[in-house]
Amino acid sequence: MKGGILLTTGVPSKEQVESRTPPKSRRERGPFVVIECFQEIPCDPCHYSCKFGAIKQFESINDIPEVDWSKCTGCGVCVAACPGLAIFVVDETFSDTECLIAIPYEFAPLPGKGDAVRLLDRAGQEVGGGFVHRVLPGKKPQGTPVVWLRAPKELSMTVRNLEPVEKGGVSHG
Amino acid sequence: MKTTELAIVGAGPAGVCAALEAASYGVKVTLIDRDDEIGGQLVKQTHKFFGWHEKSAGTRGIVISRNLAGSVEENASICFMGSTEALGYYKDDGVLLLETPQGIEKLKSGRLLIATGACEKMILFPGNDLPGVYGAGAVQTLMNVHGVKPGDSVLMIGSGNIGLIVSYQLVQAGVKLAALVEALPGIGGYAVHASKIRRLGIPIFTGYSIKEAYGTDCVEGAIIWQLDDNWQGIAGTEKDLNVDVVCLATGLTPLCEFLWQAGAGMAYVPALGGFVPLYDENMKTTVDGIYVAGDVAGIEEASTAMAEGRLAGLAIANSLGKVSAGEFLEKRRVSLEELEQLRAGPTGKAIVEGLAGLRGQMGKRVSV
Repeated sequence: MKGGILLTTGVPSKEQVESRTPPKSRRERGPFVVIECFQEIPCDPCHYSCKFGAIKQFESINDIPEVDWSKCTGCGVCVAACPGLAIFVVDETFSDTECLIAIPYEFAPLPGKGDAVRLLDRAGQEVGGGFVHRVLPGKKPQGTPVVWLRAPKELSMTVRNLEPVEKGGVSHG
Repeated sequence: MKTTELAIVGAGPAGVCAALEAASYGVKVTLIDRDDEIGGQLVKQTHKFFGWHEKSAGTRGIVISRNLAGSVEENASICFMGSTEALGYYKDDGVLLLETPQGIEKLKSGRLLIATGACEKMILFPGNDLPGVYGAGAVQTLMNVHGVKPGDSVLMIGSGNIGLIVSYQLVQAGVKLAALVEALPGIGGYAVHASKIRRLGIPIFTGYSIKEAYGTDCVEGAIIWQLDDNWQGIAGTEKDLNVDVVCLATGLTPLCEFLWQAGAGMAYVPALGGFVPLYDENMKTTVDGIYVAGDVAGIEEASTAMAEGRLAGLAIANSLGKVSAGEFLEKRRVSLEELEQLRAGPTGKAIVEGLAGLRGQMGKRVSV
């Protein structure tokens, strides 16, 4: 396994993240999935969650998921399906200055549409401010809620968590 | 004295899956647990499980446990004895002594499955007897079963899956995680669990351990420090953490007292958590009629415990003459393949090596 920094800090390396990012041409076409799953563990629900067949069939239960970029629509169904909460969707075509990022979020209370949030990176450090674009509460009784964030476009591959700002609070960014 | 075809000690994932599998062939099962609920450790697992899509992957442990409990309740061949402690096994008579809510009872069974799971390991440090020092299992029970916050700020010791998952659940419950320390140079559990807690801003210190917990009547703080290559603390690297809970997730060891009492062959295999019973590919120990499944046979994941339980249940039904030879061999082949695949990744490597050592000792013992 190309473990390195991931297995000492819990934060994947730049190279690991780049290996899961589609080419520029695909990024300019619309939303795409980023599967931050770098370690072979026995787990396969992501493949079955995708009705477009974009997450390729596993040969072994321990395979690392592989994406067929021509089939991925960036719908985000797999974000809620991943038991490891390791899947995100990024849309860099949202506007000239902002992107959308879908994040699995299992904390109560769920933020509401339009709420200001602090944007956090893979180490939980604040990197800017953004807003909640929409919230999918997750299927009862056990689904994972997914929060779609509006964030500065240059942070599309940096932001992986959020922290609600008190209502009426000031957002950066 | 009560009698039953199959007695199972432990109604966790392994015991329940074995009960359901054996009962599906018409075996009369008595399922015993000291808790009043079915599910063992599953009842406090609020995270989604890994594994196969068609075998409860993506399902939270608590939902799996509810589903299993429902199946047991619907099954007329399984008698569940809750709030019942198995006190001992008398090998000369093959009798289990039970403490039930009605009093002491004796139970004699044709087959016995030990699925008692594991207990947590303690580590030594000054102040480890202060109130506020918990095992990770206790923290989960308090939070997820009883809805009680164990404290306000926690130092987690150990980065196996339990340490990582319980850290995540503490933050979900509104508790602050001051730090997670791991004595080894790398994180022990799944990387996705570690990434999940890092995104919450929880610092992970690998190559660190606890130096001491301090406080007058309870934990008021803890000091961590870096370890050198000989596992000794390095002076000058201390960090003083303002915590009121020290949570130990420093590994599990099989609860195999009944197997010692039964005179089963045992081996010390560190990769499997300590002393474990020798067993064959039917999950049978060296004692005729006594089987094992789950963590008592080696510390692994709950998905493995469930697969082992199904295999043990099948083999027990077969030993009672209730399965056709063809069906038994085919289903056992599928079961063994499933176990092999669950252990096939890099995270299963040490387990596979430990089990190979166990098989070697079993082979020697049988040939002697």
